[in-house]
Formats: sequence, C-alpha cells, structure tokens
Amino acid sequence: MLSYALRRLAGAVPTFFVIVAVSFFLVRLAPGGPFDQARRLPPAIEANLQRAYHLDEPILQQFTRYLGGLLRGDFGPSFKYHDFSVTELIWGGLPASLTLGFGAMTIAVLAGIAIGLTAALKRNSRLDHLVMAAAMTGIIVPSFVVAPLLSLVFGIYLRLLPVGGWRGAASAVLPIVTLALPQIATIARLTRASAIETLGSPFVRTARAKGLPDVQVMIRHVLKPALLPVLSYLGPATAGILTGSVVVEQIFGIPGIGRYFVQASLNRDYTLVMGVVVLYASLIILFNLAVDLLYRVLDPKLGRAP
Amino acid sequence: MSALALPEAAPRGRSLWRDAGRRFAGNRAAMASVGVLAVIALSALAVPWLSPYSRDAIFWDLMAAPPDLAAWHPFGTDTNGRDLFVRTLHGARISLMVGTVATLVSLVIGVTYGAVAGYLGGKVDALMMRLVDILYALPFLFFVILLMVVFGRSILLIFIALGAVEWLDMARIVRGQALSLKRREFVEAARVLGVPSLVIVRRHIVPNLLGPVVVYATLTVPRVILFESFLSFLGLGVQEPMASWGVLISEGARSIDTAPWLLLFPGACLAATLLALNFIGDGIRDALDPRDR
Repeated sequence: MLSYALRRLAGAVPTFFVIVAVSFFLVRLAPGGPFDQARRLPPAIEANLQRAYHLDEPILQQFTRYLGGLLRGDFGPSFKYHDFSVTELIWGGLPASLTLGFGAMTIAVLAGIAIGLTAALKRNSRLDHLVMAAAMTGIIVPSFVVAPLLSLVFGIYLRLLPVGGWRGAASAVLPIVTLALPQIATIARLTRASAIETLGSPFVRTARAKGLPDVQVMIRHVLKPALLPVLSYLGPATAGILTGSVVVEQIFGIPGIGRYFVQASLNRDYTLVMGVVVLYASLIILFNLAVDLLYRVLDPKLGRAP
Repeated sequence: MSALALPEAAPRGRSLWRDAGRRFAGNRAAMASVGVLAVIALSALAVPWLSPYSRDAIFWDLMAAPPDLAAWHPFGTDTNGRDLFVRTLHGARISLMVGTVATLVSLVIGVTYGAVAGYLGGKVDALMMRLVDILYALPFLFFVILLMVVFGRSILLIFIALGAVEWLDMARIVRGQALSLKRREFVEAARVLGVPSLVIVRRHIVPNLLGPVVVYATLTVPRVILFESFLSFLGLGVQEPMASWGVLISEGARSIDTAPWLLLFPGACLAATLLALNFIGDGIRDALDPRDR
C-alpha cells in the first residue's frame, strides 16, 4: 500500500511539472509585456522594472526561479497589484473559498447519497421519476443561471437571505447551495444506479434470505459497494466545484480566490492568473490522488497488495 | 482478379444505421428534442425575417421594457434598449456555431490521435496515452481562460481552444475501439496485402469506429456550448456587438431585480438547448447500442 502510494505520488510530479511549464511558457508567449501602457516609459525606468521582476534574465533561469519559488510556496509578485505578492492575494481569498468549497462538497455528498438511495429503494415509483428528472435538470442548468434565480427568489422576493456580500453565515447559504446543486444531482444519479445494481446482486439476496431487516441490509451490505462509484467521482466533483466557485463568487460578490481570478483575467494580471491555475491544478491532482488511494483501500476487488 | 474480389450480391439486410434510425424515431424524448433544437436553429437562421429590428438598433424610449407583442418585442428590450428577441437569436447562432465547430475540432484531433495510438500499439501507444493521462488531470477551463488572457479574446480562439481541450475522452474511446479492431480479419488481410499503416487507419479503422464517436460527439456539443457561455458570462468570451447566451445571461443577472425577463429568456433558451442535445445524445446511444439500456 505504501509503495503504491509513493509510486502514485511520484507519478503526480511530472503532471505538476507539465502544469507549471505550460502555464509559465504560455504567459511568456503573450504579445506585449506586462508593463505596456499607452504612454511609453523612459527606457531607464523600463529596464529597472524588468530587473525588479527578473524579466531581464534568460527565460530558462526565470522558469527555474519560478519553480523554486513555488516549492517554497511563493507565487511571485502580482503584476497589477504592485504592493501585493500573489501568495498574499491567494491567502486573502482562501478563507471564503475554502468555506464555500467544503460546505458545498459536504452538502453535495450527504444530500446526493440520501436522495440516490431513496430513489433506488423506491425504484420506478413516481417519487423516483420526479427526483431523477429534477437531477437531470440540476445537472444541465448551469450555475450562472441558477445563482441569479436563487438570489431573485430567496433574496428579493422572499427576503430570507442576503443576495450577496460576505457577512455572517446567512450570506454563505445561497452560494453554497448553488455550488452544491449540480454535484448533488450527479451524486444522486450515481448512487441510484450503483445501489440498484448492488440491490440486485446475489449477496444481498442471501442477506435478505437470512432474514436480516431492510435497514441492516442497507447499512451492512449495500452501502459500501454502492458508494464506491461516488468515491471515484469526488475527484471530478472537486474540479467542478472549483470551476463553479469562479462564477458563484463573481455573482454573489464574495471575496474569494475565484473572484480574484476573474478580475486578474480581465486585468491581464499574468502572474496572478498563473498562480491560481497552478494552485487549482495542484489541488485537483492531490485530491485525485487521495481518492485513488482511498478507493484502493476500500475496494476488495483491487486487492491490498501493490 | 476482379472476379475474385467482387462479393456475391448479398440480399439487402437491415443495416446497423437503418435499425438505429428506427429505434431513434421511437424515442419520444429524443424526437421532441430534435424538434426543439430544429426550432431554435431555424429561427436563429431566419432572424432577419422573424423580426424587423437589427441586433444593435436602439429604442431610446424602451429601456429594459417588458415583453410586448404589439410592438413585436416578444422578449422585451435590454437595458440599452435593444430588442432581446433578436439578440437572443443571434446568441443562438454563436452558441450553436461554437458547439459544432469546437466539437469538429475535438473530433479531428481525438479520432486521429486515438486511432494512431490504438493501431500502432506498444510503446508508442503507452507513451501517447500517458500524455493523455497527464492532460486529463488538468483543470482545462482554467487553461482556456489563461489562453484568452494571453492571446486576447477572439471567437476563433474560442473555437480552437475548446476543441483542443475536449478531445481527450474521444481519443480514449477511439483508441479502445482501434485496439480491438486491428485484430480483426479484414485489417489483417489489408496488412498482408501490403497496405501502408496510415491508409489502413484511414480506410479500415476510422470508418468502423464511427458509432461510439458519433455518440460521444453529440454529447460533446452541449458541453462546449456550456463552456462558451461560462466564458462569456465571465466576460472572457465573445465581445460586443456579438452576443452569445452567456453574455446575455450575465447582463440579465445584473438587472434581475428590475427586469427578470432579461435573464429568463436567454437562460431558458440555453437550458432548453442543452437539455435537447443531451436527450438526443442519449437517444443516439440507446439506438446504436440497445444492450446498454
């Protein structure tokens, strides 16, 4: 198990390297420098700026400098917010983004599994069809349509929740729900499908034949095998929530990393955009890795030996 | 020689595609979706005949006016006084175009890559698929945004960038098919006859793996449309005076408390299109592979 974990970790290193390299060289390919302005700067000042940001060095040296910085958790200076480093900006946005992400993930997993199991138990009933139709809609209607609709209904018509900003727990409800909805829908569909498959398998029939009550059968025999596909979906779910958070933070005006990312993209703040891309990509890789390891521990078919 | 090569005229059997067509026609959800999509696509093409207004004509006395059938503003006007019906249909043009073109780009890259990897096999295959694995772990949307930031926002770049990130699944599916196809007798025969590898891939492998490719491509279209709307919503997609559904939705979201129809109409069009495309994709899959049900 440990050697498998180490091997997988070693496999993630080239991926990380590719991410950093692709984003770094893409940004360097960009036409025009980061300090291009309508009015040309005097050459001496421009040279000083170039030196301050190490842009006068050969490109490979800049790359190794960036890579070395990353390993120490330093994303370099922001090109547009001159008094901040990218690391400081990311730290500033982290609390809000983490709250949203974890909140959405927790709700998505709990609600998705509960809904999926209910639908599987009441298979082909009206409730099942209703829930699955709702799930299909939840997957397809994009978050940037759902978010304004939710804030219209709950914020403006019903006046139950704030429509934006980041003050107090109430302001986190709508963003978290928006982020969680498509994931709830996907997880519910996955759970339903795999629970139906498990419910039909011989060992469940045996358990029932032994006279175990339904609840026991569900908890002891169905739950674990039925949840394995959900576990492997958690990787893509993280990616989906990170992507969704960009839009949701923008709509609800939440001071998180996603909003910085959008502003930086519109301002062409290369280093900040690059920093967020690298951070999110690494997060997704790490999360996928953790999910894979967990999967290996839980799935008896894969075996414990490396 | 030619007498030998000519097969005996076989009785006309039921072809895979005709069978699939009949099953598809029996799928009510899929047929209804084809209808919805046809209405949207045709009205997008026929905007000039459906409405007398141009997409940038401004009605100074009608800013964010609600839908009004008498003056033929069926969707109302936006905050700049432009007719929303016309703008939504122009948005449909862009969204459908992005969906089709980017899917074609992904199709070309994915099918070529997958077919070559699967057919050549061995070390080349292992290397090529390892690259796909690495790329798979990347959050592509962020890279597309990075591309937009670096090279400026142009619609051509959107086509190519979205196509270039959507080919991975396609390459995997095609490779799997190619791996099993290349052991079939007709491929072996071609090889024995001395047909070069590239020609075998083009003439024998690719035509035979079209089924799953078509299914997957139909499911790629809505994803690409959604991506484009997402980018446009953030202000990183198509630019004024062009308007995709993402742009319209983002404008609508800003004035949702005073003029909710600005969000509702483009949002409903986007949702309907995505839903229809998904149903059609599922329908084609079920039609081509009835076992899958």
